[in-house]
Amino acid sequence: MHRMGLTLLLLTATAASAQDAAALQARSLAASCAACHGTLGHGVEGSVVPPLAGRPALQIDEQMKSFRSGSRVGTVMPQIAKGYSDAQIEQIARLLAKEQP
Amino acid sequence: MTMQRRQWMLGAAALAAGCAAPPPSRARVLVVGGGYGGATAAKYVRLFSERTIDVVLVEPNEVFISCPLSNLVLGGSRTLADLTVPYTALERRHGVRIVRDSVARIDAERRQALLASGATIGYDKLLLAPGVDLMWDSIEGLRAAHDEGRVLQAWKAGPETLALRRQLEAMPDGGVYALTIPEAPYRCPPGPYERACQVAAYFKQAKPRAKVLVFDANPDITSKPALFKKVFAEDYAGIVDYRPQHKAVAVDARRGVVKFEVQEEQRADVLNVLPSQRAGALAVDSGLANAGGQRWVGINYLDFSATAAKDVYVVGDSILAAPAMPKSGHMANAHAKVAAAAIVAELMGWPVDPAPMLTNTCYSFVDATRVMHVASVHAYVAAEKNYRTVAGSGGLSPGPSELEGRYGWNWARTIWSDALG
Repeated sequence: MHRMGLTLLLLTATAASAQDAAALQARSLAASCAACHGTLGHGVEGSVVPPLAGRPALQIDEQMKSFRSGSRVGTVMPQIAKGYSDAQIEQIARLLAKEQP
Repeated sequence: MTMQRRQWMLGAAALAAGCAAPPPSRARVLVVGGGYGGATAAKYVRLFSERTIDVVLVEPNEVFISCPLSNLVLGGSRTLADLTVPYTALERRHGVRIVRDSVARIDAERRQALLASGATIGYDKLLLAPGVDLMWDSIEGLRAAHDEGRVLQAWKAGPETLALRRQLEAMPDGGVYALTIPEAPYRCPPGPYERACQVAAYFKQAKPRAKVLVFDANPDITSKPALFKKVFAEDYAGIVDYRPQHKAVAVDARRGVVKFEVQEEQRADVLNVLPSQRAGALAVDSGLANAGGQRWVGINYLDFSATAAKDVYVVGDSILAAPAMPKSGHMANAHAKVAAAAIVAELMGWPVDPAPMLTNTCYSFVDATRVMHVASVHAYVAAEKNYRTVAGSGGLSPGPSELEGRYGWNWARTIWSDALG
């Protein structure tokens, strides 16, 4: 009983650390947006670019993909969006959507 | 249950709950240099570790002054105060301990940094962001001329930016301002051409007979060449005279003369001479500058660790840049986040991100309000152990615009907040 409990805890810990590592990688990926959109998508006061924190994930995802395809025009964003894969865009969108606006 | 065991179980429970458990015995990351790279790294180690890793930032200056946009101070549309940000939020909001000092020496064996004041700080991981050093002795007579305040660089923003502005103000109408550009790589590839535009914009309005002579050691304009040539021709015809393949080798400040490797010497009323650059002195003195003709720091691009020392990471202008990667503030901010994530992962015992991404946007102000950009996205390619720009991504503005002028200023306010806020 004693030993089983310990093994279970260890397994849970390993799974959790893999999860934490993946979460850190997603945060690092989304941090690319922060230089222009603010840390974790929180824009500066009076920002002229859209804040991303707390936007629905689907909306961020759609906008990025329309910048990428060229159906939405822009200055910098169409050029940046073309550098990211579907999976990367979805990861970024999910993470920023979780933020409080 | 013993005390030790209970602590271990608490730790495991915290992990299972998805919280970041503190690494053993509270690790410390020492960051040296509070520019775009260092300030960002200090903040993001705190963010990514959920404040479980201690961060100490050693920086001699009381405030951050941005190099990007400092050409606008020369043009006269912004003041140095507009480009100045305090370090206080890093301390108050993020719990970074700031030490106003500089690092004299690194003992990588003992994982200690010796400060100029004589104190030592131990670390588990060391991140250096020393920027560039100007190689005064690469141009004969420049060191003395600079020390006397006659020939300025103003490539590191601060009091010298104001001093150069005063020289421009004191120059008579009909006078000549000469800017020399070193061979690439140097800090901020479009910066010299933006500076030529800013000084020309000032002359156009205040001293219409004055000239801007640009002597470039490179075969052509290093960044946004077609765009800058168009601006020189359309906005500053008769003011800006751009001459490629002019490598400055000597200055004679008394006669106001710059000499070149090949061509005849030129006289100017204001000489602004930019010498060749290399990694900041701390990186060079610590034996880390082992790449690019011993001028730049060789790093493992996956995590920005130095190839010459263990547990030492280097970001920003001082590294040997990957192909098509500019030495820019935005790039340093991006390096810092990848390095911060790698450091946190290492200290937590997690795998390091195998596929980091970097983005860059450089805005250039051609006058007080109109701006053009160059953007790029860089993905780590494991097979090459280096970054490559993602095919089809990145690009330039079609031309300068006021819309991008608003974006450019917004970029500055946002990245300062991202690094320091």
